[in-house]
Amino acid sequence: MSETLDWTRGGTALHCQQCPSCHHLWYFERDFCPACGHTEPTTRQASGGGVVHATTLVHRAPSDEFRAIVPYQMVLVDMAEGFRVMGHAQPGVAIGDAVHCEVRQIAGRAVPYFLKDDHVA
Amino acid sequence: MTYLVGSGLTAYGRHEGQTTLDLMSQASAQALNDAGLARGDIDGLICGYSTTLPHLMLATVFAEHFGIQPHYAHTLQMGGATGMGLVMLARQLVLSGAAKRILVVGGENRMTGQSRDSAIQVLAQVGHPTYEVPLGATIPAYYGLVASRYMHTFGSTERDFSALAVLMREHAARHPGAQFSKPITEDEVLASRPIATPLKMLDCCSVADGGCAVVISADPLGDHPIKISGASQQHNAQHISAMTTLSDFGAGRCTQRALADAGRRLDEVEYAAIYDSFTITLTMLLEEIGLAPRGQAGHLAREGHFGLNGKVPLNLHGGLLSYGHCGVAGAMAHLAETHLQMTGRAGARQARQAGVSLLHADGGVLSSHVSVVLEAV
Repeated sequence: MSETLDWTRGGTALHCQQCPSCHHLWYFERDFCPACGHTEPTTRQASGGGVVHATTLVHRAPSDEFRAIVPYQMVLVDMAEGFRVMGHAQPGVAIGDAVHCEVRQIAGRAVPYFLKDDHVA
Repeated sequence: MTYLVGSGLTAYGRHEGQTTLDLMSQASAQALNDAGLARGDIDGLICGYSTTLPHLMLATVFAEHFGIQPHYAHTLQMGGATGMGLVMLARQLVLSGAAKRILVVGGENRMTGQSRDSAIQVLAQVGHPTYEVPLGATIPAYYGLVASRYMHTFGSTERDFSALAVLMREHAARHPGAQFSKPITEDEVLASRPIATPLKMLDCCSVADGGCAVVISADPLGDHPIKISGASQQHNAQHISAMTTLSDFGAGRCTQRALADAGRRLDEVEYAAIYDSFTITLTMLLEEIGLAPRGQAGHLAREGHFGLNGKVPLNLHGGLLSYGHCGVAGAMAHLAETHLQMTGRAGARQARQAGVSLLHADGGVLSSHVSVVLEAV
């Protein structure tokens, strides 16, 4: 997997976009700024660091692929750059925990996975 | 002025062998009968989508099947908010003169018409197709995330949530059409199987088969007319990853505008019909709208505030949590029950006072909001 491609495109990076004109910053990729309409937003790799905003431990999976790994921890993370990401996380993370992102293969696909900053692999 | 002049509601639960069109037809026939109207009196038809009968033109399909030839017909899709959205649209259509007597209908064999996995996967598609759904997210997972944040911010507890599940079950026990009527306790809710923490099985509505219809008219026809005096919508964002806050989804502003449209204040509301797909949904909507202070919805429910004899009776048919949820018709059951309450026909469930009524539904994950105010004629 490429280190510079976004995880949604088969890479291991987590991208965000920003408007060079109004400086609005966002996550879901587009070819324009949703705040002012500027048509040349910049795309950059996020630092990967953030703080857990919300958590849930999923016990009832939607499909066999995910049923094989239940229960799995899902989170919303406020990234340092100022956008919010949904991802998986190590079990037991709590709201307010400082975390960092690495893209992992989960249930056969690339997923942003968050580890606590003090986590020793 | 615009009037709701008839309603029809099937039992919710298992209707083996019944299709979307069957369930829509049963509810529509009841609603026409309730309004004292014949098929030929209907000049407009708007209906909700069905996940078991996806079609580009469901309204026209249904019109042909049911046997009407309206001047105006189409389908509306706003997730769980569709039922209230249809009411608002019907009012706009009547006020514009596009139609005078509009049949509004939703129905679906969501329980028996597909596998449980299929239902869960279809519903999860309200999440982002690239950034959320592929993570193995489900509707309960989205709401579990929202609930965790809500507990952190406002101090609500899982036991507070459970009080609302207990209340909806208590109300459903008085309705013969409810999917679930066996009484439950807070401890049973807390001990039920985890789905997506902090939500457990009894915090979540199930899926059902069923149908619901109403007739909306330019005139106060028949024996049971009520007024539609206000309506409003709010749409902050579709996806929870894109919400700027998980503490204000727009329900409060939406309701304030609907009440202003009706010339009413929140403290004049005598009956409430609030969307309750999960206990967290009902908690957040009650508290954001202001029918309960932040963190207090469960406490007020426990005290009887939202009960049959309480200050603001809530979802006296049992709501989505216990009457059942069959898609578009899910929130429309709240509407049919409000109609019965406001016209004094709710029998053992009859509230003492149900004049000014406030209805609110959301679609997606608190993404789209519709509020409606109804009043006695």
